[in-house]
Amino acid sequence: MKNAIKELYVPVLSVIIAIIIGSIIMIITGFNPITAYVSLFIGAFGSVNNIANTLANSVPLILTGLGVAISFRAGLFNIGAEGQYWIGAIVGVWIGYHFQGLPWYIHIPFALVAAMIAGGLWAGIIPGFAKAYTGAHEVITTMMMSYIAIYFSHFLLEFGPMMEKGSIPQSPKIQASAVIPFMVKNTQLSYGIFIALIAAAFVYWLMFKTTWGFEMRAVGLNQRASKYAGMNVPFNIVLSLGLSGMFAGLAGAVQMLGVQHRLYDSFTSGYGYTAIVVALLAKNNPIGVIFAAILFAALGTGSQLMQLNAQVPGQLADVITGLIIFFVAADKIIKLFREKFAKSSKEEASV
Amino acid sequence: MSALLEVKNITKVFPRVRANDGVNLTVEEGEIHAILGENGAGKSTLMNIIYGLYKPDSGTLKFNGEILNLSGSHEAIEKGIGMVHQHFMLIPVLTVAENIVLGSEPKGISYNVKKANESIIEISKKYKLDIDPEAKVKDLTVGLQQRVEILKAFYRNAKLLILDEPTAMLTPQETEELFAIMKDLAKKGISIIFISHKLEEVMAISDKVTVMRRGKTVGTLNTKDTTEQELANLMVGREVVLRVEKTDYKPGNVVISVKDLSVVDMQGIVKVKNVSFDIHEGEIFGLAGIDGNGQFELIEAIMGLRPKKSGTVSMQGKDITNLTTRELYKQGISYIPQDRQIDGLVLDFSVAENLILREYNTPTYARNGVIQYKKVYENAKIKVQEFDIRPTDYMLKARGLSGGNQQKVILAREVGYNPKFLIAAQPTRGMDVGAIEYIHKRLLEMRDKGSAVLLVSLELEEIMSLSDRIGVIHNGEIMDILDGTTATREQIGMLMAGSRYDSNAREAK
Amino acid sequence: MDILLNPQLWAATLAMATPLALPALGGTFSERSGVVNIAMEGIMLIAAFFAVVFSYLTGNAWMGLLGAIIVGIITALIFAWAAVSLTADQIILGMAINIFASGITAYLLNTMYGFTGTPTSTPMLPTVDIPVLDRIPFLGGVLSGHSVIVYLMLILLILADYFLFHTNLGLRIRAVGENPEAAETAGIDVIKLRYLGVGLSGFFSALGGAYLSIAALNSFSPDMTNGRGYIALAAMIFGKWTPFGSFGAALLFGFATALSMQLQNTAFSKNIIMMLPYILTILALVGVGGKSVAPAADGIPYTPKK
Repeated sequence: MKNAIKELYVPVLSVIIAIIIGSIIMIITGFNPITAYVSLFIGAFGSVNNIANTLANSVPLILTGLGVAISFRAGLFNIGAEGQYWIGAIVGVWIGYHFQGLPWYIHIPFALVAAMIAGGLWAGIIPGFAKAYTGAHEVITTMMMSYIAIYFSHFLLEFGPMMEKGSIPQSPKIQASAVIPFMVKNTQLSYGIFIALIAAAFVYWLMFKTTWGFEMRAVGLNQRASKYAGMNVPFNIVLSLGLSGMFAGLAGAVQMLGVQHRLYDSFTSGYGYTAIVVALLAKNNPIGVIFAAILFAALGTGSQLMQLNAQVPGQLADVITGLIIFFVAADKIIKLFREKFAKSSKEEASV
Repeated sequence: MSALLEVKNITKVFPRVRANDGVNLTVEEGEIHAILGENGAGKSTLMNIIYGLYKPDSGTLKFNGEILNLSGSHEAIEKGIGMVHQHFMLIPVLTVAENIVLGSEPKGISYNVKKANESIIEISKKYKLDIDPEAKVKDLTVGLQQRVEILKAFYRNAKLLILDEPTAMLTPQETEELFAIMKDLAKKGISIIFISHKLEEVMAISDKVTVMRRGKTVGTLNTKDTTEQELANLMVGREVVLRVEKTDYKPGNVVISVKDLSVVDMQGIVKVKNVSFDIHEGEIFGLAGIDGNGQFELIEAIMGLRPKKSGTVSMQGKDITNLTTRELYKQGISYIPQDRQIDGLVLDFSVAENLILREYNTPTYARNGVIQYKKVYENAKIKVQEFDIRPTDYMLKARGLSGGNQQKVILAREVGYNPKFLIAAQPTRGMDVGAIEYIHKRLLEMRDKGSAVLLVSLELEEIMSLSDRIGVIHNGEIMDILDGTTATREQIGMLMAGSRYDSNAREAK
Repeated sequence: MDILLNPQLWAATLAMATPLALPALGGTFSERSGVVNIAMEGIMLIAAFFAVVFSYLTGNAWMGLLGAIIVGIITALIFAWAAVSLTADQIILGMAINIFASGITAYLLNTMYGFTGTPTSTPMLPTVDIPVLDRIPFLGGVLSGHSVIVYLMLILLILADYFLFHTNLGLRIRAVGENPEAAETAGIDVIKLRYLGVGLSGFFSALGGAYLSIAALNSFSPDMTNGRGYIALAAMIFGKWTPFGSFGAALLFGFATALSMQLQNTAFSKNIIMMLPYILTILALVGVGGKSVAPAADGIPYTPKK
C-alpha cells in the first residue's frame, strides 16, 4: 500500500497545481474561480443525470485509455488511438446496420469483436511491424495511420459506400438488434459502461496475472534483460501495439452502438489524445485508468455547466488538462517541491 | 631540462575505491611512455585527471613548466594536451574535416570548407597522417577513424598525446601503421602516453613503461632494460593467493565441448578466434583475461545472444550450436550475465518476479497462460531464505536492493535448478567481502554436486581461488589452459598480456 | 487532366504548403539539435491567437506578427526548459503544451471577444504582387500575389539551409543532435544549442500560426491549426530533416490539399488523395526510397558531464 500511495504523489499534486493555476487564470480574466469550480463539480456530479452523462463520457476514455496504457506499459507510444477508434467505429457501425435478423446477443458481440480485431490490426500490422523490424518510430506511424483512418471514414461517408441514402454524409442507422440500450433516460449513459469496466478488469488481469502480461511488462521495462531471459522481443512489440489498438477500436464500436447509433462525418472525436492524458495520469494502471477517465470526463461535462452558469468558457478544461500533463511529465518540478517542503524520512537503499 | 609532464603524488578517491593513490609519473619531450596495468589499476583515472576531466584530491600536475589546475578538458586542450579515447568521440555523418575542426572552426560565421580542408591537409602532411578531409567518418575504417581522433589533437597543437588502449579496435596491420606513426611523432618532439595491457606492444614501441597496480605506481622502467616477465610480475603482483577450501577435484564426463568457435562483431572485427575447450562435470573452468579480449563475446555467443561466425558447441554429445537462448535454458544451462542491472534483472519488477524471469511460462508457475502467483511467492520465500537475500520482502522492487543482494537474486534464480552447466560472468563484481564469500561458496557447492561451471572474471584472485582449470584468453584466442592448483600469477599474467612463454618450461599437464 | 494546367491549383499548393512548411522548417532546427518538438502544433495555435490580438490592439498587422513571434518563442523556451534542462519526456511534454494551447486560446477567445469571435476589422498582412513576374502568363498566376509571409518563407528557406549546412553554428547544432557527448568534448555547450534549436522552431511555428490568422484570413477560430503542426513533423521526416526536403514534402502535402479542394464533387478522389501524403510518410519511415535517418541523438535527453 505504501508503494501505491507514493505512486499517487505526482498525479495528485499535478492536479492540485493545475487547479490552482487555472484559478489564477480565471481571476486574471475576471472570473470567480470558486463559483466556476463549484459549477464544474455540479455539472459533473450534481444530479443523477449529470453523473450519468459524466460516466457516459468516461466510457470511450476508459477504453481508449486502456489501449494507450497497454502500449505505454510495453514501452511504446500509441498516439494513434484516435485512428484505431475510428476504424473500430466504422467496422462496428457497418456490422450494426448491414446484418439484419440477428438476435442482439449475436449481433452486438459480433460487432464489438470485429471492431476490436480491426483496431488491433490497424495498430499492430503497419506500425507494429514497422517498429519491430525497421525501428520506425511508432509515434509518427500511428499518427499517420490516424489521419488515414479519418480520411478513410470521410471517403466512406461522403458519397461513398457507407453513406445513407440522401444528402447528409452519415451512415445508416444501426439495426435495433445492434443497439446497446441506454441505462438512464435522457442521458447518454448506455450499458456500455459495463463493457468498459469489464474491459478494465480484464486488462488488469491480463497485465498482471498472465504470462503474456508478464512478458509485455518485462519487455517494456528492460528489453535486454528480457532478451537474455529468452523472450521474443519483436513479437511482443507487435502484439502490444495490436492489443493497444484493439481497445481503442472497441471504444469506437461501443460509442457507435451505445450512443450515436450511426457514424457521423466529423473530424475528430478527441478521445485519442485525451486517452494519452488519461493513461499518463493513471500511470498506466488499468484500474487507475477508470478513475482518470472519470476525472477527465467530469472536466468535460462539468465545463458545460460551468460555461452556462459561471460564464467561464468550457475550454478551461483543456487548459487544466494540459497543465496536469505538463507537471506529470516534468515531474522533477514536483519532486523539487517535495524536497523543499517534505520532512522526508528517506531510507537510502544500502549500496 | 625539466620534463614535459610531471605528475607528483596524485591521489583521487571515489566513494568506495582509491582509484589513484600517490601516483607519480614523468614524461619527457619526444618520449613514448607506456602505462601498463590490469583492469581497475587506475590508469584511466590518471589519464582523466591529466586531461582535466577529473580534479585530483591531492598532488600536483605540472605541464610545460606550469602547475595546472584544470577546470575541464577544454583547458587541457588549450595547454597542449590531447587525448584519444578508447571509444571515439566522432560524428559518423559528418566529414573528417568537420569532425576535426568542430568547436574550433576557422574564424567566421560561414563554415569555411576550403580553409578547414587546407588546415587538415597541412597537419596530415606534417605528421604523416594521410587522410581525405572530405570523407564521411562513417565510411572510414577503424584505423582511419582513430587517425581522425589523433588529428583532432594536433589541430589544436597538442604537445602531449594520450592514447587509451589504441590498438583495442585495430587489425594487426593497422597496429603496425599506428606504431610507425607514433615513432615518427616522437621524433618530432611530441610526447606520447599510451595505455595498454598488451606486453608485446609495450615492449615494441615504448621508451619507458610505468606499471600501475591497485591505484599505485609500482615501478617505472626503461623498456629496453626490462623483460616481459618482469613487467608481468609487477602488473599482477606476487601476493600469495588464499585458496578457498575445496574438496578434491574429481572431474566427470565432458559436459560442454566448444570447438573452433569464432565470433565477429557488427563492425566485422574478429572478437573470438577459433576457441576450443571442454568443461567436465564437477569442474570449475575459469576464463581469465583482461577486459575486452573477447571473453564476454564468447559466452554471449555460446548463449545464443550473439551470432557465431563458425564453430560448434555441444552438450553431452548433442549439438547445441544453433539453439535459441530459451532452448538452451531448457537444456539445463544457466547464465549469470556480467551486467546484472542491465542484462540480468528487470529492476522495476519485484524480487519474486525476477526470480521467475525465465520460468514464468513453464508448467511450474503457469497454467494455461495464467501465472500462479501463489507458487511464485512460495518459491520466492524459499529462495530469499536459502540465499539470504535482504531485505526479505520479496515484493520489493529489485531496484531497491544492494548490488550484492541483486546478484543473489540472479544467483538464486540461475542456481535454483541445479543446472548441468552454469556460466557465471563477473559474479561478484562490486560486492562486499561477505557477499563475495557467499557466492564463492555456492559456486563450489554446485561444482561439488556435479555441475560444470564456466567462470569468467576480470579478478585474477577469484579465478585462481576457485578454478580447477584456468584458460587464459587474449585477443580472442585461448593462449593456454593451466592447472588451477599449480598456475602462478606470473604465468597467468603473462598469458593475459599476450606473451607466450616457452611451454617446455612448465610441467606437462 | 487540365486541372493541372490551372495556375490556381499551383498557387493554392504554395499557399496551402506555407503553414506546413514553416513549422516543418522550424522542426528541422529543433530535431537537428536533438529535440523532438511535438509542441509545434500548440505553438502555432498560440501564435495565431496572439497575432490577431496584437494586430487588432495596435491596428498594425506587423505588430501582430511581432507579438505572435515573441509569444511563440516564449512558449518554445518553456518547452525547451522542461525538455532539455529538466529532461522530461519530450513527446508527453509536447502533447501537454498542445492541449494547453488549444484550451487557453479558445478560453481567451471567449473571454476577450465573446462568442462573436475576433473583430472583423483586424488588420491583415499584405499580399505582394511581384512587378515583372505577375505579367508572365502561367508563372505569374502561380508565384505572384501571395501573402508577404509566403515570400518571407521562401527567403527563410534559403537562409535556413545555408545556416544549417554552411555555417559554423549550424555545424555545431548538427553535432549536438548526432553525438552530444562528442560535441561536449569539443567544448560545445549542448544545452545552449538545444535551446537555440527549439527557440528557432518556435519562431518558425509562430510565423506559420500568424500566417493562418492574419494573412490567409484575418480571424482566429478554435483549433484552427487543425493538426498542421503534426503534419509538419511528417513533412520534415519525409524531407529527411533538411530545409529543402521539408519544403518539398510540404509542397506535396499542400498539393494534395489543393487538388482535393478542386475535386470537390467527386468525394472519391478527394479523400483518397488526402491520404496519400500520410501513406508516403509511413513508407519513408520504413525505408522505402532510402532510409530516412533521424539525427542520431534525436529525442534523447542529455545530461552534461560538468
